[in-house]
Amino acid sequence: MTTLECLQTYWWLIVSVLGGLLVFLLFVQGGQSMLLNSGSTRNTDLIVDAVGRKWELTFTTLVTFGGAAFAAFPLFYSTSFGGAYWLWMIILFSFVLQAVSYEYRRKPGNVLGTRTYDVFLFINGCVGCILLGVAVGMFFFGGDFTVTRSNLLDNSAPVISVWGPTHGLEAICSWRNLVLGVAVLFLARTLASLYLINYTRDAEDFTLAMRRTLFINAGLFLVFFLTFLAVLLTAHGLRADADGTLTIEPYLYLHNFLQNWWLAVLLLVGVVLVLWGIFGTVFSKTWRGGIWPAGIGTVLTVVALLLCAAVRGTAFLPSLSSPGSSLTLANASSTQFTLTVMAWVSVLVPFVIAYIWYVWRSLDRPERATI
Amino acid sequence: MTDLMTTVDWSRWQFALTAIYHWLFVPLTLGLSVMVAVMESVYVRTRSAAWLATTKFWMRLFGINFAIGVATGLILEFEFGTNWSNYSWFVGDIFGAPLAIEGILAFFMESTFIAVMFFGWKRVSPGFHLAATWLTALGASISALWILVANAWMQYPVGMEFDPAQMRNVMTDFWSLFSGVAVNKFFHAVLSGWALAGVFVIGVSAWFLLRGSNREFAFRSIKVGGWMGLAGLLLTMYTGDGSAVEVAKCQPMKLAAMEGLYDGSHGQSLVALAALNPDKRFDNQEDPYLFEMSLPKGLSILANHDASSFVPGINDLVNGISFTPEGDTIRTVAYAERIERGRRAHEALRQYDRAMVARDTAAMEEAETLLRADYPYFGYGYFDSVEEAIPPVPVTFYSFRVMVMLGGYFLLFFFVALVLVYRFPRALDSNKATQWIAMLSVPLMWVCSEAGWMVAEVGRQPWTVQDLLPTRAAVSFLEPGAVMATFWMFAGVFTVLLVAEVSIMMRQISKARTEDLDRGTGVLSSSDTH
Repeated sequence: MTTLECLQTYWWLIVSVLGGLLVFLLFVQGGQSMLLNSGSTRNTDLIVDAVGRKWELTFTTLVTFGGAAFAAFPLFYSTSFGGAYWLWMIILFSFVLQAVSYEYRRKPGNVLGTRTYDVFLFINGCVGCILLGVAVGMFFFGGDFTVTRSNLLDNSAPVISVWGPTHGLEAICSWRNLVLGVAVLFLARTLASLYLINYTRDAEDFTLAMRRTLFINAGLFLVFFLTFLAVLLTAHGLRADADGTLTIEPYLYLHNFLQNWWLAVLLLVGVVLVLWGIFGTVFSKTWRGGIWPAGIGTVLTVVALLLCAAVRGTAFLPSLSSPGSSLTLANASSTQFTLTVMAWVSVLVPFVIAYIWYVWRSLDRPERATI
Repeated sequence: MTDLMTTVDWSRWQFALTAIYHWLFVPLTLGLSVMVAVMESVYVRTRSAAWLATTKFWMRLFGINFAIGVATGLILEFEFGTNWSNYSWFVGDIFGAPLAIEGILAFFMESTFIAVMFFGWKRVSPGFHLAATWLTALGASISALWILVANAWMQYPVGMEFDPAQMRNVMTDFWSLFSGVAVNKFFHAVLSGWALAGVFVIGVSAWFLLRGSNREFAFRSIKVGGWMGLAGLLLTMYTGDGSAVEVAKCQPMKLAAMEGLYDGSHGQSLVALAALNPDKRFDNQEDPYLFEMSLPKGLSILANHDASSFVPGINDLVNGISFTPEGDTIRTVAYAERIERGRRAHEALRQYDRAMVARDTAAMEEAETLLRADYPYFGYGYFDSVEEAIPPVPVTFYSFRVMVMLGGYFLLFFFVALVLVYRFPRALDSNKATQWIAMLSVPLMWVCSEAGWMVAEVGRQPWTVQDLLPTRAAVSFLEPGAVMATFWMFAGVFTVLLVAEVSIMMRQISKARTEDLDRGTGVLSSSDTH
């Protein structure tokens, strides 16, 4: 493996870890999706109080995911965001609604009323989760685009990445993408239930209700996730051979797991941890710590899936209309120089994670009587 | 072509809309975060309940403003991909790095420690809380650093070379991104945020004086806002001077548009006040101004720090004529020739592409040599006429004047505010006209700030990347209707959220009239919840 290939893999790993953390942090959106049927104003306030202190982290992880994708894989950024326009615009629109809602919902003079901001949070909770799942689904099931670099010299239409006329709406309507999207939504609701059980004190009726909610959401998540896994492992994929030619390979993702045993182990460990977090909480009336194994398991599972989307020369954004245009780590990445510069910066990531963890723990402490 | 241009226009409108809304909130965040940190530092040192109350009041307004700044900022980052996808590929190898570093270094710092600012009063020690407040302010400024470095690079692209095999630019020197253009731009933009926050704090404090409540709180706030605003404005002016010199060197066409200057001269005067002649074009003999008042030699001093130096006008640049400070004529590349050389660069790249497909190494080398010779004018190859390479003069010209005149007004504003608060506090307390002027000056500061960005961004048109990529070649492949729909979607949402933000701020300020901010009772026990 050349230095450039190592750096491309390293940066795909970083993007995958950010993707994993983002999916874990979607418990904030999961909580928001429960707001409109929380049962009472008190329950709504309990949910908002719990997840409202973490929303910036989800938001920031999304932004950093975008920034890392832009810097490390600019052709992906250019093709996916500029092409699947409606998909990304709806996602962004829902996150705009979220960003103001926590701050404004209870403030006097907020013009729209608390209920409207709660609806905004609900929309972000549902739409954000499903469509982010759809966007990730495109890593496996592809998009309708062509990439022609020489278009740059066509004065009348100098755009190199050209997407089909529906601009991402077709991705939203793809049942395979939607299965993953719905799985992400129910995973987010499952994680939200686990987080609320862990965070909330002195509200036993609420945590009991959350345990019931957990049971239902976890069940639905498992149905959709296992369906997605079955579809993925039997799907064809595009893979680049040694000279960069892309060819279709049946059962590509299954082969990727079988030929990279560590990836299969990572997926297995991730799934077992998620199940441990869920069933440990469902079958215990006192255990509150299920969010941690489930959260770590979520990160590991997503990392395993995203790595599977790109290892062995697999096209991580396959083109349905022009297979030769499909994006791989090799043809979509930045140069060795840029990837090296950013690799030095990424050395700071453990430090960032450390202070986030420290602050998280500090804010989960009970309040003192005085400042 | 018509569809392409319509898509370009709507994409520009959408980006401008998002940037203008974003910049309504960002400078207040940049300035207020530092002021709040200063106020909290005083509280931690003195343990004065009054300073704690002051800190918490301004922190409340900071939080309301911060949320909507985050929302509009998210859209801006992703619009590089959604609406300017060609740009994202063409220079993504360089431009993407600062954005990624911004996310890793700055956004997490801001978003983590802002939570401590608002929810940590009773959960962490006062020292940790103060550190969190400073780190939030630092995170905001570091965030601005990276995005402004990226913006400056678009105006002065350095540290890269063109890779014909990939048909994109690649980074060769990371540190050259911190050019003089970038350094001046960073300090100019961030410190203008201090000035804006200073005006905001003084204006709001004046309202308390007008209503006769929380007088001591208002005086404390005016002192902090006055000093920080004055320092910020003086440094903004200093870096503005540096920016003018950089623009003269790197973007002389922008400087000519800022002045409405068509025919330059030695010892060029600076237009203080003028009305542009709407019939004036670069290729006719009309007078550029309907009337004008100028400062002799002002533009030569501003651009080159040399009263007798030559400053080229639009016609000089188009015709490729300039002069040395000694008066010697020098020939630069005329715009018609730039267009010709840009087309030659395009043709050389086509040849390179064909040779690469044919695996003809000799032909590739030959084409690359031709390409390198004309690459500095690559972007001009997209133009059909010289006129396309000239920025919109009226918007640039008037925006520059609005920024400079209001900047001068606010220098006076801060001096007067500080003199009044220290030497004539009774006059400040009782003179309603002064209080009204302070309050009415608040929106003017936003006009000044937005005008500055209009100079920077409209003046650099038609380029997304100076000389290399015009706006029309940077866009995504989208139908105009799609971009038009999202433009109106965001215009509606941002407007509603802006109304909500202003309304909430006004209610918070109004509510504070009944709180005891002078001594701090009643604020200490309040807990911040959503």
